[in-house]
Formats: sequence, C-alpha cells, structure tokens
Amino acid sequence: MVQKLETLIESASQTAGPYVHIGLMPSYTGNGQIYDHELGHSPIEDGAKGEIIEITGEVFDGTGWALRDALIESWQPDAAGNFPGNEGADPAVSGWCRFAADADSGEFTLRTVKPGKVALRGGGFSAPHISLWIVARGINIGLQTRIYFEDEDNSGDPLLSRIEQAPRVQTLIAKKVADGKYRYNIRLQGEGETVFLDI
Amino acid sequence: MRADKGPLIPRNREIHPDPYDPGYKTSVARSPNLPLLAMESGQSEETGPTFGHSKFGQYDNNLILNWNRGAAPAVGERIMMHGRVVDENNRAVPNTLVEIWQANAGGRYRHKKDGYLAPLDPNFGGCGRTLTDENGYYQFLTIRPGAYPWPNRGNDWRPMHIHVSVFGHSFGQRLITQMYFEGDPLINLCPIAATVKDRASLDRLVAPLDMAHSRPLDFLAYKFDIVLRGRRQTMFENRIEGM
Repeated sequence: MVQKLETLIESASQTAGPYVHIGLMPSYTGNGQIYDHELGHSPIEDGAKGEIIEITGEVFDGTGWALRDALIESWQPDAAGNFPGNEGADPAVSGWCRFAADADSGEFTLRTVKPGKVALRGGGFSAPHISLWIVARGINIGLQTRIYFEDEDNSGDPLLSRIEQAPRVQTLIAKKVADGKYRYNIRLQGEGETVFLDI
Repeated sequence: MRADKGPLIPRNREIHPDPYDPGYKTSVARSPNLPLLAMESGQSEETGPTFGHSKFGQYDNNLILNWNRGAAPAVGERIMMHGRVVDENNRAVPNTLVEIWQANAGGRYRHKKDGYLAPLDPNFGGCGRTLTDENGYYQFLTIRPGAYPWPNRGNDWRPMHIHVSVFGHSFGQRLITQMYFEGDPLINLCPIAATVKDRASLDRLVAPLDMAHSRPLDFLAYKFDIVLRGRRQTMFENRIEGM
C-alpha cells in the first residue's frame, strides 16, 4: 500500500435549478422583504472612478432560444485594474454583481465601471475583462467565461491568445453599440458557441 | 492582501456532473459542445468579494421564522442543517457566504413559476443565508422540504433536497450544489442526482441524520460538510507562489 494523501475531494456541483432566484435574488421573485439588504445588487457605488458602462445581452441555448431563467454573477477589478480588497483599490467598487435574464424577454443588463488591465503573476498584463459565472436549470456545473471589450487592446492577452481558432476569440468580445454601451451575447451551444473556461 | 495566495488547484471534472446528460432533458440544449479552455488561475479567479456581518439580519439563517420575522413558525419537520466548509487541503474556510433555498414541507416553492398544487405555507419563504464562523462552521434552522414532481420524464420526482450556494474566498471557488437526506429512496431514481456519475461523489452530497446535534423535543439535525477548491500551498514564506 502506498501512503495516503490527506487532500479532500471537492463537493460535486449540481444544477441551480429553475428557482435559483429564491435563494440568490429573492426580490426577483417578489420575495424581497425577507432580507433587509440583498447582496450583489450592483458592483459599484456612486462615485466609482472611471467610465460607467452598461452591458446588455442574452444567453442562448443550442436551439437559439434565449434562457429566461439564467442567473449570472460578475467579478472584476476597478478602473485601475485593482481588485477589491487589495491595497489602493477604489472603495466605491465592490466588483461583484448578481443579475438575471428577464423572465419575459431573456435580456440581462450589467451596469458597472469599465475595468482596467490586470497584472499577471509572471509579469505583463491581461486585457481589461469582467469574469462571469452562469448558472441555470439544465446547467450542471456553473459556466465560467469573460467579457472583453472591442475598443481595448486585446492583442497581448494570454487567455485570448490561447484560443486556437481565431474566430472563437470574437465570442468573448463585447461589441460597442453606443457611447458607454456594449452588447455581449452568450451562446451555450452550437454555432458561435461562447468559449467557456476551466480555470 | 489575503494570506491565502497561489493558484487554485485545477478542478477534477470527473467528480462533477456531466454537463450533457440526456436523462436530465434540459441539459441537452444547455451544455457546451466544445471543450473548456483550461488556464492556470490568475487574480480574476483567486480574488473575490468579502461579506460583512452588518448586512445580515437576526433571522437570516432561521427559515422557520425569517419569512415573517418571528410572528409564527413554518409548518413541517423542524431540522437543523449544519456543517463545515473546508478546502481540498482540509483548511477551514472562515467568514464565507453560505446561502440555501428550498421548497416547503409539501414540496412547493415560493416562486411565480412553480404551479404545483401543494399549497404555499404562509409562514415559509424558503431562503436563508449565513457566514461561516472562524472555524468554517455554519448552521441553519429550517423545516425538511418535501419531494416534488417535475416535468422531465413521465413520472419524475425530485428527492427531498436543499439547494446550497457557497462562495469561498475567491471567484474561482464558486459552487452551487444540493444537499440530499440520508435514506431517501428517491435519490436513486433522480436524473439530476444521476448527473454525478461517480457514486462516491454523489454520496458526499447526502447528509446523515446527526442525533448528537439534535435538540430533544425541538429539532433533528443533519450534517452537511462542503469541500471547496484549494490552492497550491506556499511552502516558503519568501516565495510568491507555491513550489
């Protein structure tokens, strides 16, 4: 017998199901009175430094139908690329948000500050991006992806450079539709499938 | 800066559910066809929000009383759900957010999309939240949820379960899972439970009855420990990363 490892095994994921909003966004289901402060309403407070932007989009399934029950969380640094909790980070940026696809239209909106580029462990920077985590009925383990921006320099980004098929890079890049407004659609499956991450 | 640095241990996806599982019909059109892009974690995955105690209310982890702030208790089998959040290195995860949601004792959710004929309980909302203590422990007081039918195959019923969302200390540790109850015969019939192909992994989602933590003449207890991703550990303090 070999020696025994003392590491544990991660708890297995399960789908968040169709009623995920009861637990994570009670006000979305009309149950908002249960908590005095609901968590994750906005990633910024008034006075956040930088450009305030609005990203809208839809999450499509493999048939092209927009999910009406998706819940998304986002995580990002401030306009200078500093993550909340780190020294010098903008105190008006919590960096974390929960938002949901509209139950009728399937459209989501994220209003936040445009993030700065982020220093990498080995030197260099990654292009400005917002990390996303998507859960819903039918998604057995939360899907991770990123939003990049078409009006930023994405050329040296190590994650985008790692995508073998160049056209797939475009699935991670939000399109600018007006000043401060971007469009970012997520395709779970099939043509134009979004690049999902294992990191 | 946090004391816990270093890259996250990559996920072992073999112990997680298959994203595509035709037994769970909704997963068929909602699972990616193409492989995930793997990378070593960076700041985006190794950092995450912190949650202060000031945002939490007195009844937030008491689902028997939180819907109407103590005016009347929910109907059902009174239970305490408790356990510890640790990482793969068996280190406690203190002060982390644990959120739960569930159906009432009859299997009905307080959600506009749930039209099941079992009635709502006017004294039960169905969600709770808490922070783990300095040793990673959490607890909720609630009622045991009922099984309920769902439109999948002709006659599918979910086992009794409580949905659990855990944050950890970084965005890359984010996890949602479900707690099942020891001895429930519906577990072995459930296509969602069966998305986990590794039986030992599924068994770790089943909470045992815990008489030692039950309170006589008040509530039964079920223990549910949760393991999150760990980090490659720093061996020497003067190194930025683990070996």
